[in-house]
Amino acid sequence: MTHPSDTGPAPVLALRDVSKSFGAVRALRDVSLELFPGEVHALAGENGAGKSTLIKTLAGVHRPDAGQVLLDGEPVVFHGPGDARDAGIAVIYQEPTLFPDLSIAENIFMGRQPRRALGRIDHKATHSVTADLMRRLGVDLDPDRPARGLSIADQQIVEIAKALSFDARVLIMDEPTAALTGSEVARLFGVVRALREEGAAVLFISHRLEEIFQICRRVTTLRDGAWISSELLDGMTEDDLVRRMVGRDLDELYPKQEVTPGEVALSVRRLTREGVFTDVSFEVRRGEIVGLAGLVGAGRTEVARAVFGVDRWDAGEVEVDGQALVNGAPSTAMAAGLALVPEDRRAQGLVMDMSIERNIGLTGLRTTVKAGLVDRGAERSRSLDWAVRLQVKYARIADAVGTLSGGNQQKVVLAKWLATGPKVLIVDEPTRGIDVGTKAEVHRLLSQLAADGVAVLMISSDLPEVLGMADRVLVMHEGRLTAEIPRAEATEETVMAAATGRAAA
Amino acid sequence: MTVTAPDKAPVAAPPKAGATRLVDRVFKMRELAILVVFLVMIAVTQAGNSEFLSEQGIKDLLLNATILVLVATGQSLVVITRNVDLSVGSTLGISAFAAGTYLQGGGNPVVAVALAVLMGIGFGLLNGLLVSLGQVPALVVTLGTLYIIRGIDSIWVGSRQITAADLPGGFVDFGSGGVSAVPWLALIALAVVVATAYYLKQFGGGRELYALGSNPEAARLAGIPVRKRILAAYTFCGALAGLAGALYLARFGNVDSSTGNGYELTVVSAVVVGGVVFTGGSGSVYGAALGAMLLTSINSVLPALGVSSVWVMAINGILLILAIAVDRIVALRLATALKKRNARHG
Repeated sequence: MTHPSDTGPAPVLALRDVSKSFGAVRALRDVSLELFPGEVHALAGENGAGKSTLIKTLAGVHRPDAGQVLLDGEPVVFHGPGDARDAGIAVIYQEPTLFPDLSIAENIFMGRQPRRALGRIDHKATHSVTADLMRRLGVDLDPDRPARGLSIADQQIVEIAKALSFDARVLIMDEPTAALTGSEVARLFGVVRALREEGAAVLFISHRLEEIFQICRRVTTLRDGAWISSELLDGMTEDDLVRRMVGRDLDELYPKQEVTPGEVALSVRRLTREGVFTDVSFEVRRGEIVGLAGLVGAGRTEVARAVFGVDRWDAGEVEVDGQALVNGAPSTAMAAGLALVPEDRRAQGLVMDMSIERNIGLTGLRTTVKAGLVDRGAERSRSLDWAVRLQVKYARIADAVGTLSGGNQQKVVLAKWLATGPKVLIVDEPTRGIDVGTKAEVHRLLSQLAADGVAVLMISSDLPEVLGMADRVLVMHEGRLTAEIPRAEATEETVMAAATGRAAA
Repeated sequence: MTVTAPDKAPVAAPPKAGATRLVDRVFKMRELAILVVFLVMIAVTQAGNSEFLSEQGIKDLLLNATILVLVATGQSLVVITRNVDLSVGSTLGISAFAAGTYLQGGGNPVVAVALAVLMGIGFGLLNGLLVSLGQVPALVVTLGTLYIIRGIDSIWVGSRQITAADLPGGFVDFGSGGVSAVPWLALIALAVVVATAYYLKQFGGGRELYALGSNPEAARLAGIPVRKRILAAYTFCGALAGLAGALYLARFGNVDSSTGNGYELTVVSAVVVGGVVFTGGSGSVYGAALGAMLLTSINSVLPALGVSSVWVMAINGILLILAIAVDRIVALRLATALKKRNARHG
């Protein structure tokens, strides 16, 4: 790695040759990282590259199996998040970690409230310090208001106020901009720059490459848990960075086959679910992969759930092959040839304690049940067939799904639904938390399916994936479909503009 | 970032203050609502039966409520952490009998009470350890200890029974005595409730109970010693169940192996009726104490109004469901109020 002997100050916080495993999964392998005061450092890597594990190691949540955490050059052991905080390390997680029932002031000072006589909490001081912090951050939030109901942006402000309140020397931000609008991102960056000027070391994680180039000075790249590079961003291009993250050229990762779309397979007209999404209309043709992009919380998953019938819709209609679906009835949707691979495979896609064979078999119970009993032989051969076709890596097909890696679990979910022979396949975040190799396999599979005439609707927050795989990109913003962009015109800029509501409507 | 502040602040300030006051009021209202229901019920009963609020009547009301108030106070701490302790009835029963056995042999009443409390602490620690270390749902764990403690109690007590005649006169007098209409036991319960409420509001340890009930994962990330706090909540709950056992002995003088049987459900009802949210993070011991008062008073109110006491159970059930419905409606209203405020902001 490049040792920054050119910069004066020594690193405030560093990792040296850190490894961490969870069971058989090696989340981090000999990773090193140095954070310098007055500098914003980017951590880049694909989903599942080990970024979250790295953050949690710095935050004292995980203890490394091997290697050291260095604070001001001295090895330290954090026994818990409290230790890291006492060392001046503040972490803003992807999902804000607030206490909804408690006031903003209490949220900021939880665990280290200012005290008065007899160890009692000084409520007056918590209130006034919080009010000062809010003023300093330029927001108008009442310290006594409960955290429940705050917007994501405001929740992040509270998290930042928390970091400011104990004069954090190191601020770690895990995808803080994922759910923010353009102006909110600008506000956040203003705060980050101010902190940097005051000498704080910042570790910044974002999937938006332009943000990394905009605010960071140095970048460390991880791939599949291994350290790839640490270098100055000056002189690098986005392509350089992507190549380090992905480890190969993008074309290989997105093996999109050219197809001529056939007739309309899925037609959604003016679908509305009150307060969730409004007036959503689109079509997906046979052979087509349509990307559904948007920020987290834009309503993409909710649309998919309504189309499939898991949730009811309030107005509109859905047709598969010209046949109208019944509102709120997943079984008729399945019978019509619709399949939904859900976002959260652990909670919604798989029964983790059940075997691979039975998980795949679940969707086929209709065909494998004879005289009210499951024909285990038929179930096994059907499952084996699909497991082999998708190249699921397992020891025995009777093993519990929970023993597989994330990528292989995702393949099992896909197998489970492909076994139904769908005409329309909706996949929600199909490659989240999957290693790069499996990701390419999943993409190839989707591409193949489309070529075979399946209509694919792919919801994804992974922009390169959307751009690389989709024939058309639909973009949602705050419950509405804001743009439909053909493949040729789809770029990070056009999609993000629509996703953040910046596009001229 | 500071650019947006000046033009935003003046516009947003008035609605904010209003919304916050509303939020505050709603939270305070929850306790207030139970108090109002309670007072109305008492007033109606008094109107129907002028004997109801005699000195002895008031004393009985308070005496009946005391034990439930104590146990509900302990229970509310546990519920605030998003857990539950179902073993309180068994703990109450066994510590009452232990104190009684000791007094039977001519023991000192103060030591007897300490013994009951210690016993409660022991069982509380056991529950706390099982829940915090075992990572098993509290409902199941404490259902297990409910039966275990009750089982030990049955084996130990057998068909024996302690009656008031076996106890020192001073102890029994203390159990029914007091300053005019206010019994000693009620004063003890009041002291415990006030002290507990003060701790929950004014001390870090108390606020952390709310924090970990509100969002356990965030509590862990905030460096709160989650296991220690859960252990403390259960220990305190056990201690109060033990204390309640000793006071039960003083009040009724009559203990056998079935004492406190099924009490846990009454306790949980009182806590929920009192506005302590079952999913943790919200509620107060004042609310729980008021809930306990409300539930026990129904026992006295119905006979005073000439209604058969067979109605008590059904009415308790209705109150419980009403309480939950009210909480839900309040929560929804609150959410809308906060959302409106956000909208005005954005």
